[in-house]
Amino acid sequence: MSYVTRVWQDHKTTITPWLFLLPGILMFAIYIVIPIFQSIAISFYRWDGLGEKTFIGLENYRELMRDDIFFTALQNNVIWLVLYLLALPAGLFLALFLNQTTRGIRIYKSLFFFPFVISQVVVGLVFSWFYDPSFGLFNTGLMKIGLSPIPVLADERFVTYGVIIAGLWPQIAYCMILYLTGLNAVDGEQIEAARLDNVRGWRMLWYVILPQLRPATFIALVVTVIGALRSFDLISIMTGGGPWGSSQVLAYYMYEQAFSEYGFRMGYGAAIAVVLFAIMLIYIGFFLAKMYRDEKGR
Amino acid sequence: MSIKSGIRKVRSAMVALTTSALIALPALAGTAMAGELVINTDSSFPAVKKAFQSAVTGFEQENPDIKVTWNVFDNEAYKSAIRNFLSAESPDLATWFAGNRMLPYVNAGLFAPIDDVWAENGLDKTLKAAESAVTFNGTKWAVPYTYYQWGVYYRKDLFAKFGIDVPTTWEEFKAAGAKLQENGVTPVAIGTKFPWTAAGWFDYLNLRTNGYDFHMAVTRGEIPWTDERIRKTMGHWEELLKAGFFLENHAAYSWQEALPALVNGDAGMYLMGNFIVAPLQEAGLTEDQLGFFQFPAIDPAIAMAEDAPANTLHLAAGARNVAEAKKFLAYIARADVQTRMNEIMGQLPVNAKSSVSDDPYLQAGFKMLSNVDGGLAQFFDRDASAAMAKAGMEGFQEFMVKPERLDKVLARLETVRQRQTQ
Repeated sequence: MSYVTRVWQDHKTTITPWLFLLPGILMFAIYIVIPIFQSIAISFYRWDGLGEKTFIGLENYRELMRDDIFFTALQNNVIWLVLYLLALPAGLFLALFLNQTTRGIRIYKSLFFFPFVISQVVVGLVFSWFYDPSFGLFNTGLMKIGLSPIPVLADERFVTYGVIIAGLWPQIAYCMILYLTGLNAVDGEQIEAARLDNVRGWRMLWYVILPQLRPATFIALVVTVIGALRSFDLISIMTGGGPWGSSQVLAYYMYEQAFSEYGFRMGYGAAIAVVLFAIMLIYIGFFLAKMYRDEKGR
Repeated sequence: MSIKSGIRKVRSAMVALTTSALIALPALAGTAMAGELVINTDSSFPAVKKAFQSAVTGFEQENPDIKVTWNVFDNEAYKSAIRNFLSAESPDLATWFAGNRMLPYVNAGLFAPIDDVWAENGLDKTLKAAESAVTFNGTKWAVPYTYYQWGVYYRKDLFAKFGIDVPTTWEEFKAAGAKLQENGVTPVAIGTKFPWTAAGWFDYLNLRTNGYDFHMAVTRGEIPWTDERIRKTMGHWEELLKAGFFLENHAAYSWQEALPALVNGDAGMYLMGNFIVAPLQEAGLTEDQLGFFQFPAIDPAIAMAEDAPANTLHLAAGARNVAEAKKFLAYIARADVQTRMNEIMGQLPVNAKSSVSDDPYLQAGFKMLSNVDGGLAQFFDRDASAAMAKAGMEGFQEFMVKPERLDKVLARLETVRQRQTQ
């Protein structure tokens, strides 16, 4: 028996899982892990993507600390994160509302789900028109009730909220569909039993339904937080980070500094990406810890 | 000889990745090819594409032994694609822009010098109008093949109705605006959602207030933004802002979205490049309604200078068919070729011996640019470095909405400038 075969025979059970994991590990390393370290490395350089890289140490990070737009972006990311979480209760409400058996309920469900199906680009365009100061529905409405029009997307005070509302529209639909599937799995017997004990209304929702929806809530929370942190397409379509950078978020600012027409500051863009990654890491850590606890508890 | 049109396989995976918008690559089929030539252009606009088509066809007829592969890219996608294809699989020739915009490629050694093409064909005489814009460190880096004028497009009929003459001085300009306002018309339409349009106003106000040399020094980053002379420029701008000259909520509109104001007669003037004429005519404005005038003088002692951005063709450093490429560069610099191309594009030929189509706006622009003694600028975002241009344009946009933040805006621009000159 050759040496190779003997090793194989002896360690079959230890090697096999690694063989099965290998393609995944390779892909994950090439497309995720290595680029992360490359980005971190690039963030210590000044580089236009064409010429020579110059090592400048922490200079990009020092510049971030002096960059007003970076802090605006950071602050906006927090606003995004907080307001985006509204998608959970709103989605739950819609799901409870639509979770009934009436004639044509499927059509209503599909209509409510529709905003999630259409592209974010279309959502952005639709809301840009909605907010348009001269012919948009929003301002037409304001004028009807005697108020003067507000150019939402051109006003630094409202622009971020305007974009978030556009983002919530599809996000609520997404959470709704998650809760609708969750509601299908709710145990009818438990509800029955609770009814017999004279539970109804809020108490039914809070103590009987919601605990059973925990998996759905968890997934909805995950996709919403990620959706908020990587918000990009709507910013790009609706404002381009403007006016004067006041609707900027980290993901878009990174793109703008590194890849846009007036950017090509790869090092600075990478530094922004590293900060965004660090923020996500907190969240990912929380997520992994929970996964670990759940696995262990089983 | 037959011309086969069609989609050809993209030769480099790198290019394919970044340019999903590759449109069509007409290729010449034939036998006994002596040479090949690969040209990448950003000419996805129909008129520009047609102009290049005519240039390529003409070149092939004159040089039946050269097989031209012409790749058309989407205009926006081209701006990032060029970085990849120049360093990965280089074409022989590539279109780009004059001024500071070409410096990253010059500095990275991706464009090749073409002083010999200029010398052998006497281009320093025929292409004089844009010579300085393609010269860097005393070396020529491109052949400019088209440019267009900037200026004020205005509602001739409204001016006539309210008895306003075309303004030639700052006072007249302000008076004209006041007269329009009296009649319920906003003087100036503008959309600064994409803030480069605001830079047009800075260019002109600064060129008229401080002159060409100072303006170019500003865009090169040699003058502090807090300089008194820049404050003077901004002061003139502030006069207009205070008087409510500009379209309300302009930061909510792109330049196209601000056009209806001019078409509907809600606004009287629009500072823009000549490409504004086509959409305005499509929207129904006739030659009796739409006029053009040179941006008025502010300081009479200062020679008039204009924005006239040129588009250019560059020899790639990685070119494999250098002789053929230089032949094409000489060809596209020729008077007859530029006449034909620009006739199709509706722009101005750079070659002084070319003739200009009889379009009244082009004629007016040609006349204006021929008499310029101040100099020709390329536009703020081509003259200034990328980071300075971006910060500048956003700053101008902010200033136009919040004039009281002038100090803050200038201080921020100064920080960006100092970082650049480090």
